[in-house]
Amino acid sequence: MTIFERSSDGRSAYTLPDEDSHGFALEDCLPEHLLRKDKADLPECSELDVVRHFTELAEKNHSVDKGFYPLGSCTMKYNPKLNEKTSSLEGFAYLHPYQPTSTLQGSLELMFRLEKLLCEITGMDSYSLQPAAGAHGELAGMLIVKKHFEKLNDTGRTRVIVPDSAHGTNPASAVMAGYEIVEVESSSEGIVDLDGLDDLLKEDVAAIMLTNPNTLGLFEKHICEIARRAHEKGILLYYDGANLNAIMGKIKPGEMGFDIVHLNLHKTFSTPHGMGGPGSGPVGVKESLADLLPVPRIVEGDGEYTLSEDYPDTIGRMRSFYGNFGVLVRAYTYISLMGSQGLRLASEMAVLNANYLKSLLSKMIPEGYPGICKHEFVLDGGKLVTDYKIKTLDLAKRLLDYGVHPPTIYFPLIVNEALMIEPPETESKETLDGYSEIVKKILQETKDDPEMVKSAPHTVGTRRLNEALASRQLKTRWKKEKAT
Amino acid sequence: MHRNPYIPHSEKDVEEMLKAIGISSVEDLFADLPSEMNSDLNIPDAKDEYSVYRDLKTLANRNINLNEMAVFRGGGIYPHLIPSVVYALATRHEFLTAYTPYQAEVSQGTLQLLFEFQTLISELTGLEVANSSLYDGASALAEAALMSVKVNRKEKVLVCESIHPEYRDVTRTYCYGQNIEVDTFGYDKETGQVDLEDLKNKLNEEVSAVAVGYPNFLGVIEDLKEIKSVLPKGILLISVVNPIALSILEPPGNLGVDIAVGEGQPLGNLPNMGGPGFGLFASRKEYIRKMPGRIIGETVDLDGNTAYAMVLQTREQHIRRDKATSNICSNQALNALVATVYMSVLGREGLVEVGRRCFDKAHYIQERMKTMDGLHPVFSGPFFHEFVVQFDGDLEKINKKLLEHKILGPLSLSRFYPELENCGLLCTTEAVPNEDIEFFIARMEEIL
Repeated sequence: MTIFERSSDGRSAYTLPDEDSHGFALEDCLPEHLLRKDKADLPECSELDVVRHFTELAEKNHSVDKGFYPLGSCTMKYNPKLNEKTSSLEGFAYLHPYQPTSTLQGSLELMFRLEKLLCEITGMDSYSLQPAAGAHGELAGMLIVKKHFEKLNDTGRTRVIVPDSAHGTNPASAVMAGYEIVEVESSSEGIVDLDGLDDLLKEDVAAIMLTNPNTLGLFEKHICEIARRAHEKGILLYYDGANLNAIMGKIKPGEMGFDIVHLNLHKTFSTPHGMGGPGSGPVGVKESLADLLPVPRIVEGDGEYTLSEDYPDTIGRMRSFYGNFGVLVRAYTYISLMGSQGLRLASEMAVLNANYLKSLLSKMIPEGYPGICKHEFVLDGGKLVTDYKIKTLDLAKRLLDYGVHPPTIYFPLIVNEALMIEPPETESKETLDGYSEIVKKILQETKDDPEMVKSAPHTVGTRRLNEALASRQLKTRWKKEKAT
Repeated sequence: MHRNPYIPHSEKDVEEMLKAIGISSVEDLFADLPSEMNSDLNIPDAKDEYSVYRDLKTLANRNINLNEMAVFRGGGIYPHLIPSVVYALATRHEFLTAYTPYQAEVSQGTLQLLFEFQTLISELTGLEVANSSLYDGASALAEAALMSVKVNRKEKVLVCESIHPEYRDVTRTYCYGQNIEVDTFGYDKETGQVDLEDLKNKLNEEVSAVAVGYPNFLGVIEDLKEIKSVLPKGILLISVVNPIALSILEPPGNLGVDIAVGEGQPLGNLPNMGGPGFGLFASRKEYIRKMPGRIIGETVDLDGNTAYAMVLQTREQHIRRDKATSNICSNQALNALVATVYMSVLGREGLVEVGRRCFDKAHYIQERMKTMDGLHPVFSGPFFHEFVVQFDGDLEKINKKLLEHKILGPLSLSRFYPELENCGLLCTTEAVPNEDIEFFIARMEEIL
């Protein structure tokens, strides 16, 4: 039932302070044609109606707090509760962005410190915390690429190289910055094919976008050579930080030769994912590109923090104000809790978890690529089709019945019936053992009762959806049924 | 091994897991990394949660927060009263710690609430289709500009100077990438509304869209119907809206607007120093296939029960990659939830009451100011809860004195509009008690 169907005229859930009007009525002060004729049809409910409704909706969701959520490339780690407590402190949550900076010193100091921490973790020289999400950071990064070559009067660079295993946002962001995409194929080992790449490194290339480890969970071991060859031709190297959770305290993108980095604070630094946002996608660069970062930037002088827009070469603003500040408070809280040892341990245990779960699952479903992986891995679901007569989708849907979330499925595109699994460091050995047991049970079920598996889920309150109907009828808002 | 409350592995676990993998140490997992590089993290050691909380609280206390002041400042972020129930529901872990509803069957909560959110935004704007949020108002305007170029295949957008200066900046940043031209047109110095003559002069064959505020950044309510009437057929009209103002203003969809965008923060979201709020985005249905961002639609499940799913995913980057309508992936779903709960609590009558109170208070202050020496309201056009006042004295100094009385005074406009020297943008909402208004006026009379 929607909130609109719970509505009953004459109910209300709101109160407002008991105070007198000054007598400035809309009808007297505004021309009639500007006045709203029909009130917006918002629901009329009591407070308890509203509470029951959203509680009911909440209970229909899977979440990290409820159960295992091993979505590949999403880093669904547990979010310490302290994050929520600090970010909701009055001194952070009740701030106006246009207060004088003298009244925002605590916030600006926090942001300044966070920039420095991110520089240290990633080996970059400067950061902007403004981008609101990973893809937003990518766009900022690619605009920095564009500006860089414009400054050099190097106008012939129209293309950006992206691996065939890359996240969809990479090519989409590069296109928004005005570039054409050249795809570089992965080798049989699952990493960028060096020879293939060499053929593509021409004078019309502005940048290479990589994530390392890549989306197959494999470390691009030729990264230093890639960086050398790219830089030799003036090409910039861009790091998609989606997979940073694999390498903290182990290696830094800046050391690997990357010129520009974006991070996903909602992944690596445990600010919650919030059903798909708000995130935060800081963009970091090497010194030579620092003046191109978005404005305003935080400047420190004599212990006082100010905001400066005095960067003539900047790409400009990416969004209003200073970014998703509330998310920055959470990330800063998390880094403070973890410290240097904790961050390194997080990466080590994330990688240990991935390899352990891979060792268990690959006994049943073949691994996409052999050997040690990093924080995630990909299984080749082809055997599900040939040996078990189900699709990856069926396995995913049946997992839901067991109260766990499936992996990312059908991505990366280069693996048949792919399952992409990321078990973050906050998950225990028992959870991973349990997941493996569930998969084993389901594979047995495909022999005993295949139709049951193919029509899963059965116990989560909603069955498989008619997605074609959804896109065909395009009913994107609730409407009152016409009286018959 | 270092103990950490968020990482469960005991030494025994690690040993068993290494054994199962067939390696002897954790270091073996990283053997393929280049070894010669500096990987030291020169950052402070881990701290217990109580110490971290104390540190953060110390930082927070170094700010002066809005609850410690009488607030007369808006300019894009507006403090409103937020019923306790809003955050009590919106911070439930089932919402907080879920991700994008990729598995619809276990994400019906998310999908349904976003469907309800879209309905509410559609109601407010009078436009058929709303998406399920973008980052903020500024990036929503930028996306609307890009969308208009996709619809019309013309590479120029006209943006009124009375639109939020930061929104114009962000639109320029987005358009820079694809070499789309962003040109501006002026506002009438008398009324504060669009300078229609200037707009007409700038209209030509290359223009894909015209963007205006509703109300605009200077607080003035535009006559959208009149603006639409001067646009040649096909040029899209984009309006940047304040959703609270739409409680009382004729919805833009009824006045010829094709795309409405805006900052959603006023709908129950905390000010958060400017973020996170969310970008609202609604348009006519005919443009749905060119829309950026996630859209939720109703469908049925195998049993024929009503259910919700993401629709037209072929517009999106995870399917369409370089051909996507936008690169956006993460949006501001949690903030959209806050707005949905807020609107459900306020309801049809409550939101109008909030709108009326904002209006009443702001008009009262303007009326009082008309009889005060040392300042005068600048524009004659109709306004909602925000208006421009010009001071005879130095506004920076006046604001400093006001701050000593714990008053956050009008936003100085000269840094955005050199022609508006010593002009301040003054705002009130229903969250400003009448006694704060009297206190503010009394202090102003003293200072001036």
